[in-house]
Amino acid sequence: MLTLPIYLDNNATTPLDPRVLDAMLPYMTTMFGNAASRNHAFGWQAEEAVDYAREQIASLINCSPKEIIFTSGATESDNLALKGVFEMYASKGNHIITATTEHKAVLDACKHIEKLGGKVTYLPVNAEGLIDLQELEAAITDKTILIAIMYANNEVGVIQPVREISKIAKKNGILFFTDATQAVGKIPVDVEADGIDLMAFSAHKMYGPKGVGALYVRRKNPRVKVTAQMDGGGHERGMRSGTLNVPGIVGLGKACELAKQEMEADTARISAMRDRLEKELLTLEESYVNGSREHRLPHVSNISFKYVEGEGLMMGVKDLAVSSGSACTSASLEPSYVLKALGLSDDLAHSSLRFGLSRFTTDEEIDFAINHVKEAVTKLREMSPLWEMFKEGIDLNSIEWAEH
Amino acid sequence: MAYSDKVIDHYNNPRNVGTLDKSKANVGTGLVGAPECGDVMRLQIEVDENQVITDAKFKTFGCGSAIASSSLATEWLKGKTVDEALSIDNMEIVEELALPPVKIHCSVLAEDAIKSAINDYRVKNGLPALELNNSHH
Repeated sequence: MLTLPIYLDNNATTPLDPRVLDAMLPYMTTMFGNAASRNHAFGWQAEEAVDYAREQIASLINCSPKEIIFTSGATESDNLALKGVFEMYASKGNHIITATTEHKAVLDACKHIEKLGGKVTYLPVNAEGLIDLQELEAAITDKTILIAIMYANNEVGVIQPVREISKIAKKNGILFFTDATQAVGKIPVDVEADGIDLMAFSAHKMYGPKGVGALYVRRKNPRVKVTAQMDGGGHERGMRSGTLNVPGIVGLGKACELAKQEMEADTARISAMRDRLEKELLTLEESYVNGSREHRLPHVSNISFKYVEGEGLMMGVKDLAVSSGSACTSASLEPSYVLKALGLSDDLAHSSLRFGLSRFTTDEEIDFAINHVKEAVTKLREMSPLWEMFKEGIDLNSIEWAEH
Repeated sequence: MAYSDKVIDHYNNPRNVGTLDKSKANVGTGLVGAPECGDVMRLQIEVDENQVITDAKFKTFGCGSAIASSSLATEWLKGKTVDEALSIDNMEIVEELALPPVKIHCSVLAEDAIKSAINDYRVKNGLPALELNNSHH
């Protein structure tokens, strides 16, 4: 039985895996201790649970458990990495290199750093959504302290050439930070092989709970430090004060353990469904996949349907929970800055849908989604004067549109 | 965004979607809006010898409120004389469809489309184009 609406917005958040919930529950009730309490069994129990979670996480990303700093989520991890490095390495330089398609948490933290006197280079991306490595090298100055490039993009799922980026960083003695929120738990991420110095990620994108994430901070070759952005009890090796969210951390640990065990099988199944969805939707004329299809997460597809307006389309696919490339809930209709960075025109950016599949997505749900989207696009095109003009061979750019 | 039941009804069952023969002298066509703004409306009227609008059709590229505004406009146009049609005010559309403030521009566009179609008809029939009043609410 299908339950509507169907959830295909798993890049926004994923449902909690019941096995993760089971692991967390005792730490909300009987084992409620503060992991920093050294004097009694409640504290020891909590600390043991946190240490175990650190091992589960470390095992997934191939680091030492000591290199995990727990935070409230990827946004905090991004802020801690960027602002923390900027402050810690101020004597070395003040220049950061990032990209225009980064998550707002990275871009806005960079804006903040610029206000503090830092210099930030925002690298453009090509039509595939990838940065140019030569442009990256060319942007490096003797003041560059950090390269901040995301592992995989949240809107189009494009995976950046992380290993090549880290090589360039290492060669130039610069730290490499990656926001891997969309990648960890979905594709193999190995901080050693990938040459990552700092990495942000979050539990709720990989079937864990909301409100908990981590920052990986390398301890060897080189030993990396960040200035704390939260002052207090000196938790997490002094880099992030605040009582640990023990149930959340247990959940993140369990989610990582499950991801490690099931990634291969999940990826095979999910990518087959994603490919089928995409192949079917591309049978609609004038529909385009946004971003690289080769370097892409296995569970994401971002498609634009030309001559259909985004908000109308969202209304037409009301039985699907998906994201649109336009921020249509706000008064101003702002097309996605990520899609614009890929070179899409405003109208194509507006008419895009992002499909994000999960471990819990079924073939039946994909069948429904295919038909639902096809019907909505077809219906809206029959209603669209632009589609009619396109069909008559009229060049829309030749028309003098009345601005309003 | 929560749409009113009337908007949803017009979106699901749009009235008078289609195309009239724009080469005919008694058909007026209005095309307003712009693709990059996210709304384009095309509204057409067919007028008989008594200046009565006997048919109206629309096609709209836009959000649910834009589709509903133009669908409603075609319903209201049919049976009205051209002069009566000129008096349709965008705020009547806002009220009928319970459009929220951020969607008022959809009703403005529908009013513009009506006037533009009427002007097209007038010019085709040797009448001077009317000055369009742009002081919308």
